[in-house]
Amino acid sequence: MKDSPVVKWFASREGLYYLALALLLVVVLPVMLDAFRLNMVGKYLTYAFVAIGLVMCWGKAGILSLGQGVFFGLGGYCMAMYLKLEASTPEATAIQSTPGIPDFMDWNQITALPWFWEPFNSFAFTLIAVIGVPVLLALIIGVAMFTRRVGGVYFAIITQAIAAILTILIIGQQGYTGGINGITDLRTLMGWDIRTDEAKTALYFVTVALLFVCLFAARLIQKRKLGRILVAMNTQENRVRFSGYDVAAFKIFVFCLAAAFAGIGGALFTLSVGFMSPSFIGIVASIEMVIFCALGGRLSILGAVYGALLVNAAKSGFSESFPELWPFAMGALFIGVVLAFPNGLAGLYQTYVMPLEERLFRRKPKTDGSQKAKATAPAQTPGERGKEYDPLIDQYSPEKS
Amino acid sequence: MFDGYTTSELMSIFAMQGFAGLSLFSVFVLMALGLAIIFGQMGVINMAHGEFMILGAYTTYLTSSAFQSYLPGLFGGYFFVAMLFAFLVCAALGAFVEWAMVRHLYRRPLDTLLATWGLSLILQQAYRTIFGAREVGVTLPDWMMGSIQVTDMVDLPINGLFVMIIALSIAIAVYFLMYRSGWGKKVRAVVQNRPMAEAVGINSAGVDRATFALGCGIAGIAGAAFTMIGSTGPSSGQAYIVDTFLVVVFGGAQSLIGTIVSAFGISQAQSTLEFFLSGSMAKVLTLLVVVGILMLRPEGLMALKIRR
Repeated sequence: MKDSPVVKWFASREGLYYLALALLLVVVLPVMLDAFRLNMVGKYLTYAFVAIGLVMCWGKAGILSLGQGVFFGLGGYCMAMYLKLEASTPEATAIQSTPGIPDFMDWNQITALPWFWEPFNSFAFTLIAVIGVPVLLALIIGVAMFTRRVGGVYFAIITQAIAAILTILIIGQQGYTGGINGITDLRTLMGWDIRTDEAKTALYFVTVALLFVCLFAARLIQKRKLGRILVAMNTQENRVRFSGYDVAAFKIFVFCLAAAFAGIGGALFTLSVGFMSPSFIGIVASIEMVIFCALGGRLSILGAVYGALLVNAAKSGFSESFPELWPFAMGALFIGVVLAFPNGLAGLYQTYVMPLEERLFRRKPKTDGSQKAKATAPAQTPGERGKEYDPLIDQYSPEKS
Repeated sequence: MFDGYTTSELMSIFAMQGFAGLSLFSVFVLMALGLAIIFGQMGVINMAHGEFMILGAYTTYLTSSAFQSYLPGLFGGYFFVAMLFAFLVCAALGAFVEWAMVRHLYRRPLDTLLATWGLSLILQQAYRTIFGAREVGVTLPDWMMGSIQVTDMVDLPINGLFVMIIALSIAIAVYFLMYRSGWGKKVRAVVQNRPMAEAVGINSAGVDRATFALGCGIAGIAGAAFTMIGSTGPSSGQAYIVDTFLVVVFGGAQSLIGTIVSAFGISQAQSTLEFFLSGSMAKVLTLLVVVGILMLRPEGLMALKIRR
């Protein structure tokens, strides 16, 4: 049992980082915070899903999507549509001129449930749609763009335009989508009241569990050959293509993966906040999601979780006490993270904290032949260490993108 | 959607909406020209371009207030002074931003995008702190008021015409600067082959800074023109940035003519559709068509023939 690879992995340095995050999320925060604050942390964590997707898509594969809010929003809206239908029973909406349809439809003189709302009566369909709808859209965009070798800046602008289109569409079609207010007044999930403190705490733990599922999925991918190809594609796209790999297929895959993560995050966001509105999916919201990933370290999936937590905590902290200073702080963060520390917190951690760790624990260089062991060898200077390959944090390459 | 209109009514609707679209066209052209220079020539994405435009608009607002209080006799001509000021202020800020930020990021275009987005957040909040969150408007000089009546159904407002004339003259000036002047030749040389351009003695860093400053300065003029047809608020610039990027990309990044053609197409499509559909659906439809065309033809309308 002691030699099983799982136990071994948890005792390794990388495993310890995962354990520390789990400890923080499962034990420390729930003990320290009251139900309200814990629910807020849960809300921040739903953004971490998007950030993990962005690490895979942008950090690893070099595809910057400024439209992750679209996928987040689609997941969130799918969940919100189901919850809204459940809240709009004929009994609860008896005062409307057409009972049994969501209240905002009634306000907009719509008398029958639109066809695309019908399937959301089924919870199973909703769960599939939460992932399926974002992935389908990502697939369409990805196939159209990547097979024509559109990338880099062009791709970023087009995804941003798609975020703009979806926001305008949702705001404009008030009768079908709830307009600028979004879908509000969500009450129960299969008869379970999601507004109580107990429900919110339970949802927090569901979020944490799913977050770890996504983390491990992302980790699995980046350890496999697939992950290596993604990184290779980022730095030397043509060489990968000439080696016989279908670059477009890999890009489509990773973009769909990021969309799926974002969709899951969005659905959990709706559950924990209790409503969904276009303000969470627009251009500004989408580009903020990139900073979660950039602050954490664009190459580190664990960093992305911390980045999402920190930026959002700072945002609500600032908004409570100095709302007018927040845009300055956010702007400075964007500029600073790009100019001063492009590898984000994970990069800073690697440069400044890891040497301390080594001094504290006096880790002997492992003999498993990996380059990581070489990187931790005490004989090397920090400068040399930077050039070594570390599986947790790949070196940032300025030539890419 | 054309049901219930006679042909002559349709003609007038197209003419009227077409002219309404022309003022949008002018704003697009002015903003897109600056962007096209910076993006097309340097490959840098300037997300703060809208904020540079608003800086020009605020400069115009301040100039008009100053003329109103100190030089009321010359008020009719304040716009030209304001345009110059707007150009200078924005170009100076542009040169500073290039020096402080953008020059470190030339090899990382996606990072420039994020950094300039940060800059745009800072500038927006700065405007909000200095000028307040309320929109401000300038007083138009008398000669810009009123309209020219072409037929009994079509009225052309003078301020709209004036803005369009400015847009077109600046487009022509940029064309001559880029393709018919020694400086433009240097810019194009740096774009095509930086090491080679440096080898023949072109100061490429200086060219970069001047190009960036020029692009920002044109955004300033765009802002000055913008005050003639609309009021200015701290986040007015952000409303246009995505549309303008689409204009630039749709036109083909390195083609000035393409930029103008696509600005014309997008603004006309949007304003004509607005008459028949709701405003938001017109915009959605226009953007969808543009994105759709870009997916089929990623190099844009008028692309240089290059091997990729």
